[in-house]
Amino acid sequence: MVKPHVIIFSGYGLNTEDETKAAFESVGATADIVHLNDIIARPAVLKKAQVIVFGGGFAYGDHTGAGKAYGNKVRHHLGEAIEEFLARDTLMLGICNGFQIITSAGFLPGALIANDSPRYNCRWVDLEVQNDGPWLKGITTLSVPIAHGEGKYYASLSDMALLSKVKGVALTYVEGEMCKHFDMPVNPNGSLENIAGITGYNGRVLGLMPHPERAVRFTQLPHWTLLRERYIRERKPLPKEASGLRIFRNAVQYFHGK
Amino acid sequence: MTARVAVFSGIEDARAIKLLQTLKSLFPGTRLKHVATAASYILDAELGPKELEHIAERLTNNLTERFSIGETAVPEPYSYAIEVGYLPGVTDNLGATVQETIEDTIGRKFRSGEAVYSSLFIFLIGDVSREDTQAFASELHNPLIERATVFKKGERFPVVVPKVELHESAKADEVDLNVSDAELVKISKEGILGRGPLALSLEAMKTIRDHFKKLGRAPTDVELESLAQTWSEHCKHTIFNDPLDEVKEGIYRRYIKGATEEIRKQKGKRDFCVSVFKDNSGAIAFDKDWLITHKVETHNAPSALDPFGGSVTAIVGVNRDCLGFGLGAKPIGNTYGFCVADPHDARALFRDKEKKQSLLPARRILEGIVRGVNAGGNESGIPTLLGFVAVDPSFRGKPLVFGGTVGLIPRRLPRSDLGRLSYEKRARPGDYIVMIGGRVGLDGIHGATFSSEALSKGSPATAVQIGDPITQKKLSDALIREARDAGLYNSITDNGAGGLSGSVGEMSREAGGCIVDLEKVPLKYAGLAPWQIWLSESQERLTLAVPKKKWTAFKKIMDRHDVEATCIGEFTKSSSCVVRYRGKTVMDVSLSFLHDGRPVNIQKSTQPKGRTFESSQGPTLTSLDLSRAILEILARPSIGSISFISQQYDHEVQGNSVTKPLQGKGRVNADAAVIKPLFNSERGVVLAQGYMPWYSEVDTYAMAAAAIDTAVRNAICAGASRDYLAILDNFCWSSSEKPERLYELKQAAKACYDVATAYGTPFISGKDSMFNDFRGFDAKGNHVHIAALPTLLISSIGIIPDVANSMTIDFKTVGDSVYIIGETNDELGSSEYAKCQGVTFPQVPIVDAKRNTKAYDAISKAIRQGLVVSAIGVGRGGLAVALAKSAIAGQLGTRLNLVGVLGNAHRADSILFSESQGRMLISVRHDRESDFERACQGVTLTRIGEVAEQESVLVELPGTKIEVSLSELTESYRSFFKLW
Repeated sequence: MVKPHVIIFSGYGLNTEDETKAAFESVGATADIVHLNDIIARPAVLKKAQVIVFGGGFAYGDHTGAGKAYGNKVRHHLGEAIEEFLARDTLMLGICNGFQIITSAGFLPGALIANDSPRYNCRWVDLEVQNDGPWLKGITTLSVPIAHGEGKYYASLSDMALLSKVKGVALTYVEGEMCKHFDMPVNPNGSLENIAGITGYNGRVLGLMPHPERAVRFTQLPHWTLLRERYIRERKPLPKEASGLRIFRNAVQYFHGK
Repeated sequence: MTARVAVFSGIEDARAIKLLQTLKSLFPGTRLKHVATAASYILDAELGPKELEHIAERLTNNLTERFSIGETAVPEPYSYAIEVGYLPGVTDNLGATVQETIEDTIGRKFRSGEAVYSSLFIFLIGDVSREDTQAFASELHNPLIERATVFKKGERFPVVVPKVELHESAKADEVDLNVSDAELVKISKEGILGRGPLALSLEAMKTIRDHFKKLGRAPTDVELESLAQTWSEHCKHTIFNDPLDEVKEGIYRRYIKGATEEIRKQKGKRDFCVSVFKDNSGAIAFDKDWLITHKVETHNAPSALDPFGGSVTAIVGVNRDCLGFGLGAKPIGNTYGFCVADPHDARALFRDKEKKQSLLPARRILEGIVRGVNAGGNESGIPTLLGFVAVDPSFRGKPLVFGGTVGLIPRRLPRSDLGRLSYEKRARPGDYIVMIGGRVGLDGIHGATFSSEALSKGSPATAVQIGDPITQKKLSDALIREARDAGLYNSITDNGAGGLSGSVGEMSREAGGCIVDLEKVPLKYAGLAPWQIWLSESQERLTLAVPKKKWTAFKKIMDRHDVEATCIGEFTKSSSCVVRYRGKTVMDVSLSFLHDGRPVNIQKSTQPKGRTFESSQGPTLTSLDLSRAILEILARPSIGSISFISQQYDHEVQGNSVTKPLQGKGRVNADAAVIKPLFNSERGVVLAQGYMPWYSEVDTYAMAAAAIDTAVRNAICAGASRDYLAILDNFCWSSSEKPERLYELKQAAKACYDVATAYGTPFISGKDSMFNDFRGFDAKGNHVHIAALPTLLISSIGIIPDVANSMTIDFKTVGDSVYIIGETNDELGSSEYAKCQGVTFPQVPIVDAKRNTKAYDAISKAIRQGLVVSAIGVGRGGLAVALAKSAIAGQLGTRLNLVGVLGNAHRADSILFSESQGRMLISVRHDRESDFERACQGVTLTRIGEVAEQESVLVELPGTKIEVSLSELTESYRSFFKLW
């Protein structure tokens, strides 16, 4: 059994590396946080990894547009190295700012633009899984938080058509447990066709605005103290996990038996 | 060579639409139809045409944006345009990012003096006049830091390069202090050659004069400025430290530190304090391997001038108090508190008699402050867990902006130095003095002395800084992830008040001296005088003591993280602070004089004349009026929902969140937060806040006591226990030169001692800001003095063994029993009800700490045992607000009877709205009632009813009965900031 190794990019204002590392490690991967400049200096480190992650944050303060400056730098210095990496049977994940970075760098189509209500928004959303690539296999719905100001998915008509043809739409915002419970709108940012995440490279590259790494334990849920009461009254044990963890578990599963 | 690159949206632009909506709401009746924007970058650098093309492409998302080079492309039918750009020297974070992108594109660094300057073009489409446009422009910029230019269609946009050109001589001058007392006072008030206040007393000026007389020379400007900084109220906390009346050791030593010492002694082996009052933050034990730190700061005066920049700086500044704790703690949570005037407060106020310098409107101050903490917290990747808005007209002149940061640090550093203790540090003679992070400009010069003075016409505009969270995040990563655990430095501290003079001055006490070469300090622009380099409060800098043999390794880490690190001198054992500039000594002051030479100021206080209140209790309200009063109170800005803030501050980043800022189905702002700092431990940290500035109208002792009681109570209700709870004090006073105000201060400090020792909750850190006054003019040119209410913010921090026992405020199940703990007394003085009704009552709440202790311990235990379903502290607005919040949060009704509630409040309004301290509203599962009551033996407790199926809150009161629907309560609660 292969224990996949994960490299999590850092630097210039990315900030969710620690919790992303913890999520991968908790399901059996090994993970390193490596500064972008160190990878640029030695792109060969990618050869040892099975998974690379661009996590959330505020690279370069999002100043010229979310993910743009970091994405440019990645494309410019590591474009080939990452294409080589993806030419192997590997996985790549872009969460939030990471999604903005990998679309800016051209690894996934489309762009993330200012929310319809153009303000940073931190809340929980419900997601429906639309394809069964390695990252999402076996999952149908999940509830996780978002935290972004530029998360509206936008793509040209031709890209949208292509996405639908290759089943590239991976996750959509739907009315689920959180929206109903808290009486909140389904689509938090005005994304085209409620798109929350897309995949490329046959599902091996996933980019999504929501944060699965912040929804890995029961006591992270926004209504867990209410659920606790229900479990107690039904004399059931409290769960330990939350639904975001399944994405990380899927990544590890993918390399089992390889 | 200069060139302009402009980037504009090629598709529908939500930000432009929002801007249009904002302008339409501010200027109803405007004929503005559309707004378009373009980001403009002036590239002041040698770049070829091919390079420009490349750069523009890199700055543009080709799917959603377009660019123009040279001229700014304009949307076709616009009538006017506004360009908003920064004034010279103001931090331009966007410009800096563009510069980095360009350098990466062209593969070379900019030369010295080359830079990028950003601005924003706003094109107005519709039938608007030049006057309309001017009015829009004044809404859209802050003249203290920005310029706005209006262009009619067709007018060319000139290229503006806001480069700093300094003409002051870049040398040190001697200052002649052998002058009259009147002249000394003038120098202190206006500064050396009118450069800005030194804020030294005449006594202190004379002490300095005599000191240098003995040395046989005149002080240099560097020396005088440095002494003024070091001795300032802001740095030395002279009011708290100097004798006050019979308190010879000063009120800080007797009442604050004194309380902590006594509590620690009593706790003995159960003492959890690890590092208190001696570092940038206070630290308590989290478990055997980890410490938790906390620090709360204020940044008030700058936030009045530039609310955005001021509050960014408040939050990234207090983050550095965390990074600068011990050998560097990781920030894991932020808190905030905004004391402001009602945003509808329409008073026009001016800093000058000529009415040229107006204060920003109250609404813009709050908007700017909110936005600043958004940028500072979110961009730094630190969750913002808890905060509040408190409104009073007295905060119109200077708002109070509190920012707090919780940190996490291992007790011992791994690997390095055989497990060296992380919270002990000492610069050693021979260590390099290393400055890391941002560069030095004129920002924040005289910040420390400025905040020790009232805000008035002479307030220096350079006192404003704008934080740069990304520069700080880079240095935070470099330190906490790598340099700290590699053991590469012996000491570290923040560059806050007084800049290098403060940080190097402090650290040289550890080593025994220092020698600094100021020309080595990297500057934002050329031409700074030595005293300016030494005193500048430019942000995002830390100073470290790096052993010579570790310098190369240290520098390498910083380079990889793109963090500028410069060796600017060496720590010595010379007993002096020596500063040179281009080889010439510009400062040579003994450490003993620098740190201990300040003359002690013997302070005297006077009891203010007794205030009389007409005991006019107002008319008896009928049930209809009472229902309306509840809805009115919920709609007030100090009480109602601030979800627009909670939701724009990331509280989920780092994945440590356990209980949220908005709780329950109905999303009600909580008074406490719980986090789980370690991925592999179930232990948690509880944070809460307490503030009751309004009681200062009557009695500052009661105000301070209530602040502590509230902070403790709110923590208890979230699951904390009194035996593992610490507190922090932030005093914000006004007119502190007045003996009456000193009396009130002494009373508040006494309350701190009395209540903290009664609860056994030690102070671990604190800060004060003593002159929150505005002196200026009203619209008629009459002199106005606005003094902020004496305010004490208490922040509590506790450790709990298992986050699974955390508690939230929402009612959860129909049929659960509702209890009120504590006595409801007739204490409506300065209550929210009194303010709302415009009535005065004489009695403010009095804290009975001894009685509350029992109640708090019982509830802690009951929560740990799983007997409690919801808990909320009864605070501002009284029982009515607590009830409404739990009901709105749970979206569940109640059937309650308050007739038999214990205490001396008998009138219906008194029962509903009295703010008696020590009370908690608890819901309990029906079948655990007897267990709960047993756990609460000896505690004042009343079972008042149950959570009900009906969608209304029904309350029986003496002689009356009220019923308000859940939907009305919810709507009122969410009304005040609904459109924000």
